[in-house]
Amino acid sequence: MACYYRGFEIVWLKSDVGRRHDIFVTGEKTQLKIPSRIDMIDRAASLANEIATRCGFDAESIFGIELAVREAVSNAVVHGNREDESKIVEVAFTDAVNALTITVRDFGAGFDPESVPDPTREENLLKPSGRGMFFMRTFMDEVIWQHHPEGGTIVRMTKRRS
Amino acid sequence: MAELTIKERQAGDVTILDLTGKITIGEGSVALRSAIRRLLAEGKKKILLNLGGVSYVDSSGIGELVSSYTAVNKENGQLKLLNLTQKIQDLLAITKLLTVFDVYDDEAAALESFS
Repeated sequence: MACYYRGFEIVWLKSDVGRRHDIFVTGEKTQLKIPSRIDMIDRAASLANEIATRCGFDAESIFGIELAVREAVSNAVVHGNREDESKIVEVAFTDAVNALTITVRDFGAGFDPESVPDPTREENLLKPSGRGMFFMRTFMDEVIWQHHPEGGTIVRMTKRRS
Repeated sequence: MAELTIKERQAGDVTILDLTGKITIGEGSVALRSAIRRLLAEGKKKILLNLGGVSYVDSSGIGELVSSYTAVNKENGQLKLLNLTQKIQDLLAITKLLTVFDVYDDEAAALESFS
């Protein structure tokens, strides 16, 4: 089942439990597909906030999850798909018993995460970029970047319930 | 409604920018960049950013604060921060940028520091 809301697609992969303001239906897994536009990043981040809230995370964790998703989707839109609107970004939220797992996939050329310098080193402090991945690693319990076998990069982020 | 609203005040030779909203990738970061460039073009090189009304900052916003700081320094000016929210303070702390920025929670003390 799929539905289109304000320019992006939300797909319900499992149970459709309830409907609220035409935006979101709870389920164990939610996937959304957005075009590679800067203004879509807010939508993905807002949805992350809603899902993290529904999953019962505390305010600190919700802030971190929203920021991590914002950074991952920003990277996918800007660096992965290079704002090519013909390429989508896929975001999936899987709510399991012990953790919330979020994947963000782009269809770009891929990159080596180890090549991104540590922004907290003295020589990098005044660089304007390079902090997005640092925030993802800081606020999530596990972050893994992989080349997708069918192209693009997929980042998998996990936040465990405390 | 704009993502980031910027109101300008003058206190002697110090320009205070009261920021309200979000400094995130896209509109918010661009608005801050434009404001700083305009002030530098007008020769206003003592700038106090009041972040008390900023509800959210992402890595792009943090990067824009850094860019603003370096752009003003390059012109032999000074850029300082006022009224950080706890979240912004936390983000600046974990990125070790609290060691870079001159930060105040009292406007009078911040203005005094420019003289």
